[in-house]
Amino acid sequence: MSVIEVRGLRKSYASNNALDGVDLSITQGEIFALLGPNGAGKTTCVEILEGFRKRDSGEVSVLGMDPNIAGQGAREFRNRIGIVLQSTSDAGDLTVNETIRHFSGYYSNPRDPDEVVIAVGLNEKKDALIRSLSGGQRRRLDVGLGIIGSPELLFLDEPTTGFDPEARRAFWGLIRELQNSGSTIVLTTHYLDEAEALADRVAVINRGKIVETSTPANLGGRATSLATVSWEENGTMREELSAEPTAVVARLSQNFIGEIPKLSVLRPTLEDIYIKMIGEQTGEKE
Amino acid sequence: MKKLPTTLALGFRRGNLEIRQFMRQRESVVFTLLFPLILLAIFGSVFKDTIAPGVTFSQYFVAGMIASGLVNSGFQQLAIVIPMERDFGSLKRLRGTPMPVSSYFIGKAILVLVGMLIQVILLLAGGVIFFGLNMPTSATKWFTFTWLILLGTACSTALGIAFSVVPKSGRGASAVVSPVVIILQFFSGVFFIFTQLPTWMQQVASIFPLKWLCQGMRSVFLPDSFANSEVAHSWETGKTFIILIVWLIVGVFFSIRTFKWERS
Repeated sequence: MSVIEVRGLRKSYASNNALDGVDLSITQGEIFALLGPNGAGKTTCVEILEGFRKRDSGEVSVLGMDPNIAGQGAREFRNRIGIVLQSTSDAGDLTVNETIRHFSGYYSNPRDPDEVVIAVGLNEKKDALIRSLSGGQRRRLDVGLGIIGSPELLFLDEPTTGFDPEARRAFWGLIRELQNSGSTIVLTTHYLDEAEALADRVAVINRGKIVETSTPANLGGRATSLATVSWEENGTMREELSAEPTAVVARLSQNFIGEIPKLSVLRPTLEDIYIKMIGEQTGEKE
Repeated sequence: MKKLPTTLALGFRRGNLEIRQFMRQRESVVFTLLFPLILLAIFGSVFKDTIAPGVTFSQYFVAGMIASGLVNSGFQQLAIVIPMERDFGSLKRLRGTPMPVSSYFIGKAILVLVGMLIQVILLLAGGVIFFGLNMPTSATKWFTFTWLILLGTACSTALGIAFSVVPKSGRGASAVVSPVVIILQFFSGVFFIFTQLPTWMQQVASIFPLKWLCQGMRSVFLPDSFANSEVAHSWETGKTFIILIVWLIVGVFFSIRTFKWERS
């Protein structure tokens, strides 16, 4: 079942085409990552889906509704989605518990606030004022507020910026749990390893257009791209690009007695592929 | 599916939260609530004259201070705080939830009303104890006082929300809003006796609600004999009511039409 359907979405600001005919289709229960450099149209696209911005043209259906509605319809729409924006920078004079409880009252079918506090790992901090939380804890509170209304669809904007590696892993676990409970998740991120770890599918957007939509493993022909075999021979590093790295390694193992020194076989990372795609698009200015 | 909570219920929920948040900012609580009392102490001690039979300047001043309390805790506070909330990202977050904007407005109005009631109690207590303020005795005057506070709060809240689009940023908001309020206070006869101001100042002030709130408060706290000393030789209670209603409609209209959730 399709949760988000976008056809020919266009939006321009002044003379600049922010979105130039975007098509997207996101199915229920998947984690979908939208990747792209700053200014590529990522934020504009997501904010149109969230109902924060109006589109110029194109068809947009989110949970079977047009996000560009006002009044009671807008309330019903927002009752079914969750949005995790950048952290707020207010004085933080409320406690975690008070904030979560307060927001739970906005929805028709909220999750249990205590459960949410536990799910985002803030149980020990539930009576702490928000201003005393660390950046990572504030971010988890943001997610807590995003999921308090039991959303069918959750938007996550750069969720782990400023996290230490351990906190990121814990956070990814939380997102996977949400997916397991049936939510669809739309993620924007700058971290390609994050997209790889979480996303079922990724779309790369650049200059207002979707360059490609695929699984992280297949994006940009990654699965079939050449692997780099590298090893040390006579004191210098050697490299060979090959479609059949196993054959290369087998050949090498015959040349060497025992271990092949400093052997590695590398497939391009998602980041390599992404940089290449964006670079081709922008004509490799740098 | 269960129904969404009503706008009014969420308005009260917002009001509750706003008050809790406000009370935790101790410096601003003390400053906002005690400042009018401090001003009363200063002006009451400096100007001890009797300005009409049975009317001291302190009494005149208390009426003006209650009126400007409505402007301070409504218009001024909101026109400064809302741009800050906008900068912090708090408003955008709220917009992403099913809470309607009217509930947010109701919450602000409740915050203003509660702040106002505390100020009124402090000012009246201070006025009675230190400056011989006479409390109104007739039911009619208490009735006037009540609707002036309620209508004044609503009007001031709506205009504060409407004006919150004017400051470009939260940091600059105070510099934009405060001069407007201070000039209005001078023109409207809060610090001086209105009838002694230049005519053009009186005419400018008559466009804005503060002058009418001051005059209305004088009708509550000064003896009826003083009505003759007003510009129109009357309290003009009906006119005050109509002008406040008009400003309330203007404020609500612009609040709904121009409210900005995020910094552009």
